[in-house]
Amino acid sequence: MGLLSDPYRRRALSRLILRLNTPLCILSYLAGLGWFLGLASPPFTLRSYMSENAMGSTMVEEQFVFGERALSYAREFAGHKKKVGGIPVAWLEKTMWNLGLEVYKQPFSRTLPFPDEMRERYMVKGTNVYGILRAPRAASTESLVLSVPCSTGQPNSQAVGLMLALASCFRGQIYWAKDIIFLVNEHDLIGMEAWLEAYHDVNVTEVLSSGMQGRAGAIQAAVSLELSSDVITSFDVAVEGLNGQLPNLDLVNLFYAFCQKNGLLCTIQGKLQRTDWDTLPAYVHSLQTLLLMVLKQGSGRPQGDHGLFLRYHIEAITVRGINSFRQYKYDMGTVGKTLEGIFRKLNNLLERLHQSYFFFLLPSLARFVSIGVYMPACGFLILILVLKALDLWMKLSKCDAGPEEQLCDGDRGAGHAAAEESRPGLLTLVPPLLICHATGLTLYFLPVLGQHVATQHFPVSESEAVVLTVIAIYVAGLALPHNTHRVLTGCGSERGWMSLKLLSLLYLAMLLGCIALINFSLGFLLAITMVPVAAIVQPRGPKYLYAVLLVLVTPAVTLLLSIVLYQELIEYPISALECWQLFLQAVSEGLLDHYLYGSIVFPFIALFVYPCWLLLWNVLFWK
Amino acid sequence: MAAPLVLGIVVAVTVRAVLYRSSLAGFISERVEVASPLNAWKRVVEGLALLDLGVSPYSGDVFHETPLIIYLFHFLIEYSELVFMITDVLTAVALYLAVQDFNKVVFKKQKLLMELDRYASDVAELIRTPMEMHYIPLKVALFYLLNPYTVMSCVAKSTCAINNTVIAFFILATIKGSTLLSAIFLALATYQSLYPLTLFAPALLYLLQREFIPVKLKSKGFWLYTTQYAALYLCSLVVIVCLSFFLLNSWDFIPSVYGFILSVPDLTPNIGLFWYFFAEMFEHFSLFFVCVFQINVFFYTIPLAVKLKEHPIFFLFVQLAIISIFKSYPTVGDVALYMAFLPLWSHLYRFLRNIFILSCVLIVCSLLFPVLWHLWIYAGSANSNFYYAITLTFNVGQILLISDYFYAFLRREYYLTHGLYLTRKDGTEAMLVLK
Repeated sequence: MGLLSDPYRRRALSRLILRLNTPLCILSYLAGLGWFLGLASPPFTLRSYMSENAMGSTMVEEQFVFGERALSYAREFAGHKKKVGGIPVAWLEKTMWNLGLEVYKQPFSRTLPFPDEMRERYMVKGTNVYGILRAPRAASTESLVLSVPCSTGQPNSQAVGLMLALASCFRGQIYWAKDIIFLVNEHDLIGMEAWLEAYHDVNVTEVLSSGMQGRAGAIQAAVSLELSSDVITSFDVAVEGLNGQLPNLDLVNLFYAFCQKNGLLCTIQGKLQRTDWDTLPAYVHSLQTLLLMVLKQGSGRPQGDHGLFLRYHIEAITVRGINSFRQYKYDMGTVGKTLEGIFRKLNNLLERLHQSYFFFLLPSLARFVSIGVYMPACGFLILILVLKALDLWMKLSKCDAGPEEQLCDGDRGAGHAAAEESRPGLLTLVPPLLICHATGLTLYFLPVLGQHVATQHFPVSESEAVVLTVIAIYVAGLALPHNTHRVLTGCGSERGWMSLKLLSLLYLAMLLGCIALINFSLGFLLAITMVPVAAIVQPRGPKYLYAVLLVLVTPAVTLLLSIVLYQELIEYPISALECWQLFLQAVSEGLLDHYLYGSIVFPFIALFVYPCWLLLWNVLFWK
Repeated sequence: MAAPLVLGIVVAVTVRAVLYRSSLAGFISERVEVASPLNAWKRVVEGLALLDLGVSPYSGDVFHETPLIIYLFHFLIEYSELVFMITDVLTAVALYLAVQDFNKVVFKKQKLLMELDRYASDVAELIRTPMEMHYIPLKVALFYLLNPYTVMSCVAKSTCAINNTVIAFFILATIKGSTLLSAIFLALATYQSLYPLTLFAPALLYLLQREFIPVKLKSKGFWLYTTQYAALYLCSLVVIVCLSFFLLNSWDFIPSVYGFILSVPDLTPNIGLFWYFFAEMFEHFSLFFVCVFQINVFFYTIPLAVKLKEHPIFFLFVQLAIISIFKSYPTVGDVALYMAFLPLWSHLYRFLRNIFILSCVLIVCSLLFPVLWHLWIYAGSANSNFYYAITLTFNVGQILLISDYFYAFLRREYYLTHGLYLTRKDGTEAMLVLK
């Protein structure tokens, strides 16, 4: 309170902010960047530990011996799949029924907003098949899910085989307290979304599906399994879900614990953990893992079928069996034992997984960074915007109050020069705001609405039309009338651009703050690029340099750079042309994710970040 | 002057009508920031259904509106959207007329004091001119009508809008100097939500000032007038309460409405300070702490009455803000009411110190409410601490805003009598410090 009301201390503080503004901003940026880079090193990371009591002390004894049976199921399934040319519904139903499961199927259909060229689908029709193993000792109020995606393109028959073998193994055990649902979902995420919506009897996207006949209570946890070979060398776990949501850390810990117990190698982001921690190569390694996680989380895409469970409060991970050129291979028996152990432990849960962290970053499977530790990195970056805004506000209010109110005095020259000009009022800020947001709305609605018109007039396919329209509108936004204020007041003033910049800085700070809470990675990626340029941009000085910088930090270029960085990190460098193709693909995927699953990244960028960036563009070209 | 007001009303009504028809209406009416257990529309509908079935609406623990409200909507349920739009417009018009009248009073008083030479010689720039005061009533009305908080409150059909209308009429009646109407509307407001009880003090002070009765504890006229006003107030309150009794033929509404307000049994999260605290507390301490929390609303009235004896309308504004901060089930509709008065004090702008930071804090908090709610309730990844942190920040922001205005007001008054350019004894420029 003293700081806020005591004029002497206030004066000192405001002088500090005005005089040291630039150094403070630079310092803050470096602190944010440094903090983020430091996240991969030991003082910031904690060793992960199991918080959930029910899963902690007792290790279970696995009895899975059906490794061979799994492979024979897999071969049989692959044969039937080839024969039917899709998911062999009848065979699956019959096999599951013979295993003693309650079997149901769920047909669904979905017409995509525009054709998905990468997966070659437009009007999707499919069927999910699932069997419920009723727990002998409980009243079907809780359940666990083991899901296996089955699409025409992806070979995943070993996973189906293993799932069936696990079902027959689980059937013989007596201690199940939760029902177990074995689900084979067609058309990966679309099928998953259809199944989840039908299971919870909601309709949040436009999937058409028949009602669900069999249910098994509230789903407590889910594991999605992907296997494509008879033996595996390692397991890879994917945690990032829709909109960057993550499962409870305990589930990841559980997976890691069982992999260790069975001596399986396990990786995250395809990177094996190093045993040493304090060397430089180890640090670089974990930083790479961390960066990969940030890039994947920032994209807001579900990195596996588990990603859609998270929206329904169901903790879920995707487990992928990898078969690489390593020496030591594991057979289906070991893999089955690991999964059995995970399910046995989940069966012991007394309440939903809630003890451990929901917000974390993983530099390796054994270590994690919690929200309290990584958030300051974003906080420092947003602080720059606040400092700059305070600086602008003090300059603006000084011209208002004139010379007699000298509570905060900095460089007088600028203040006086501005005070002489007339007060344009807040009215000049309205047209740029409206125009920028209208552009944002166009960017959001037009590509999908206008795809048919575009295909009629240009020789492109629908999906190309959508992507190219997005890019065209995005670029066209730069050429909009940026000097509407001159119509209103005759000429722009110093105050005009300062207030516009103040507004856009605050707007940007607010957007970044909100998104960083929901999806830290997206917030951080946008902040690290946009903030410094947003802070320095002004209509005076080296205008073209500013323009180039501003274009370099626009969200689209950030996406392009993220793709390059991602390819570098997975050690798969690409040429410029491939990069451009990946960029186009990413744009269309982003739109599809939004329309199919309700990802918020595209609307967030189109409706808020891009207009905010256009406001900064307006500041630059203020005359 | 009427034309811009009509234009504003048309815009406001259009915005509301569009929002009623959009898909946002359902979302907004579910927001805990907008609809509290006391005034949620869902509960009114439930109460009406019970009433139609011949069951007392207060049986069960859902309905906490007063009997008059339920009978109002018994007849108007078909036109509920219209009713809420009209109440908003009425509030705005009442505030407009009240502020217009108040401006005249302020101007007269200022002229009188200038003629009496009460002001220091160098305060010319602090003197308010009719030019700058001309648009204030319009600004107040538009601030109320177009405030997103009011719009959301109206779209959610929170009965808070009706309470606001009653309070606005009370303010209008007080400023117009009608003792009877002022007492009746105050009684209605008290009946509706109990806390406006504290507005008795500023209203009395204003009416006394208007009648030129000095506030002296020894003077006979003061006591006579006070007794008269209090008697009018109590009589109308008794009449309204008895009327409610005869409407439903039971006293059920007393524990169900006032008991509910005072003992805070419903701990649904809202923008207030109560819910988290009492959800965390052991049961046997809760009575004591309920008293401690509730006393906040009433406690500040006496010191404020002493300090702002000469400025009852400013006192009224501060008291409204205190009610909306410390009441047990606050919603953004309550916040909107006192925020409508901010343009009235635009002459304090140069003395405000933290207005920029505080307005940023309030806006950011308003945006973070739904974000953290989403993370807590839908995503399940955050928890109640996140949401309460924002609630706390929002309330601290409001408190600092009010104290900023309060201090600015006192500072202006001080400057008016002592001169704008204060010098210390040694001749250097002096500065006022709040200790």
